[in-house]
Amino acid sequence: MRQGRSIRGRSRLALRDLLSEAVAGMLQRPARAVLTALGTVLGVGSFIAVLGLTATAASQIDTRFNALTATEVGVVDVGSGNAAAPALSFTEDAEARISRLNGVQAAGVYWNVRLGPEDGVRAAPVGKANGADAQTQVIAASPGIWPAARAGFAQGRGFDDFHDRHRQAVAVIGSATAARLGITTLHTRPAVFIGGSSFTVIGILEDVERKPELLMSVTVPRSVAERTWGTPSGEGARMIISTELGAAGQIAEEAALALRPEHPEYFRVTPPPDPRSLRTAVSDDLSQLFLLLAGVCLVIGAVGIANTTLVAVMERTGEIGLRRALGARGIHITSQFLAESTALGLVGGLVGTSIGTVVVVSVAAAKRWTPVLDPATLAVAPALGLATGLLAGLYPAWRASRIPPVEALRR
Amino acid sequence: MSGDGTPVIEFRDVGLTYPGPPAVHALHPCDLSIAGGDFVTVVGPSGSGKSTLLNIAGLLDTPTHGRYLLDGIDTTALSASHLAALRGRRIGFVFQAFHLLPHRSAQENVELAMVYQAVPRRLRRLRAAAVLDRVGLGHRAAALPTQLSGGERQRVAIARALVAEPSLLLCDEPTGNLDSATAASVLALLDELHRDGMTIVVITHDAEVARHGQRTVTIRDGVLSDPARHRGEL
Repeated sequence: MRQGRSIRGRSRLALRDLLSEAVAGMLQRPARAVLTALGTVLGVGSFIAVLGLTATAASQIDTRFNALTATEVGVVDVGSGNAAAPALSFTEDAEARISRLNGVQAAGVYWNVRLGPEDGVRAAPVGKANGADAQTQVIAASPGIWPAARAGFAQGRGFDDFHDRHRQAVAVIGSATAARLGITTLHTRPAVFIGGSSFTVIGILEDVERKPELLMSVTVPRSVAERTWGTPSGEGARMIISTELGAAGQIAEEAALALRPEHPEYFRVTPPPDPRSLRTAVSDDLSQLFLLLAGVCLVIGAVGIANTTLVAVMERTGEIGLRRALGARGIHITSQFLAESTALGLVGGLVGTSIGTVVVVSVAAAKRWTPVLDPATLAVAPALGLATGLLAGLYPAWRASRIPPVEALRR
Repeated sequence: MSGDGTPVIEFRDVGLTYPGPPAVHALHPCDLSIAGGDFVTVVGPSGSGKSTLLNIAGLLDTPTHGRYLLDGIDTTALSASHLAALRGRRIGFVFQAFHLLPHRSAQENVELAMVYQAVPRRLRRLRAAAVLDRVGLGHRAAALPTQLSGGERQRVAIARALVAEPSLLLCDEPTGNLDSATAASVLALLDELHRDGMTIVVITHDAEVARHGQRTVTIRDGVLSDPARHRGEL
């Protein structure tokens, strides 16, 4: 007896042969393979579409954000309710104080003027106020409001330091207000009447990027408003600061101290929202649900692959027996079925990635957006399909290897 | 095959009992020796234990009793992976139901027997083509099993069994699914292989097939009866 004589190791299955056997096994029933991969296609496609569309939408928000909002800082006077504090926390030189900060382009103080019940905005000195007065708000503002709010004028100009310093009774009105009051030209030096006071209209606004309510209002210099109607009450005064790009955060931190070093607590500063948190918020709100949906699709895909592979194992029991008779070890049978299910998952992942990408690009094209897709997502998605197939095939492949050769050949 | 006088198959008190209850003695302990180049037929009625004998000889099943030596190698203590390697390299199987993969061509079905031996792809093609030529199917290499007649299918199965150059050809009712004329041609092929020195064991319940063997072993109710042993020839 020669124990072990001429046993040259174990049976071997080359990787290339394993892969070609897996592909051949998959192509035996192409229609079934397509249907089986469909779950993974949907799951991975949804995954790509959700992440791609979210990234694309977030990038659009970023674009809008950067254009305007990122350069705006708001300051609210919250000290006026305090008995020890002055009625108006913004000093007369508040604009100058803020403008000294590096990165500030312009700043303006403003507040809504509260008119008495008999006071209204009229185009004529006498007579009842027309319908405009109910809608026309009077705003007191410092001259810096115009560059800070990025105002554009249809006619005339905004009031300046001279008007403010010398308490000139001038007003700037929005184009909508001008239309309501019947003012079409400044050549006739028109005036508006607020309560008993007349104000010469020196400018008609055409467009305001930051404070659109100015278009519906009559704006007068703050010094005149203080003299005529007193300091603001109720809502309090506000300041709008226009900054250079990237400076807003820093200026928001410094604004209160610059305005009143002794009482920075009189102001509440509103920095621009962080684009990252904005993007995160969008991602959180929109994508979580859809990612969950994509996850469900993947699970369904995995169950589909597992089910089909299990059925294939049962159908191909005779083939398993034959392969065992031809020298295949249990691990070879496991590897073959696992490779088949993994290949199905990978194909599903690749097709899903393509479909998801097409969806993202199509939606972006329809909306005239720039499609944004993280390359890492594109790399991960097919791997996700592959992992789905691999996990789904584990149990059926293990079962296939456990079928005794004798029993397998009997079927 | 063994060229040094070592039997290709040597059963030493080999038996197989399926544990019960009740325990089933599929093969009672028996001795059997088949030398290289022998053509042995095993006959017996259905359920007599013929297939059990073939499964043990083909290393598809493990005996619960005794020792089985294949080409002088004691297989009793070998691991499953070593048994698989022996099976792939030293035993060729021919089944009654052919067991051809339906979506593969005749050539690919034959090549399958070398896939687990890590034979390079190019060599596989050459050897498969040569063996198909030998069984007279060189011109049908590209045909799918569904495009082949019963006799041709069995010839492909025989080619697959031969391509790994085994020591032993185990045939389980090789003509069971064939008409008599086709069966005769398959048996003629087996005779030819035998003349070339191949060790062949054929399991059958067909007396005509049994006559092709040099020696016939009978089995009934799991009890093996080897006339040669009774005559003291072995």
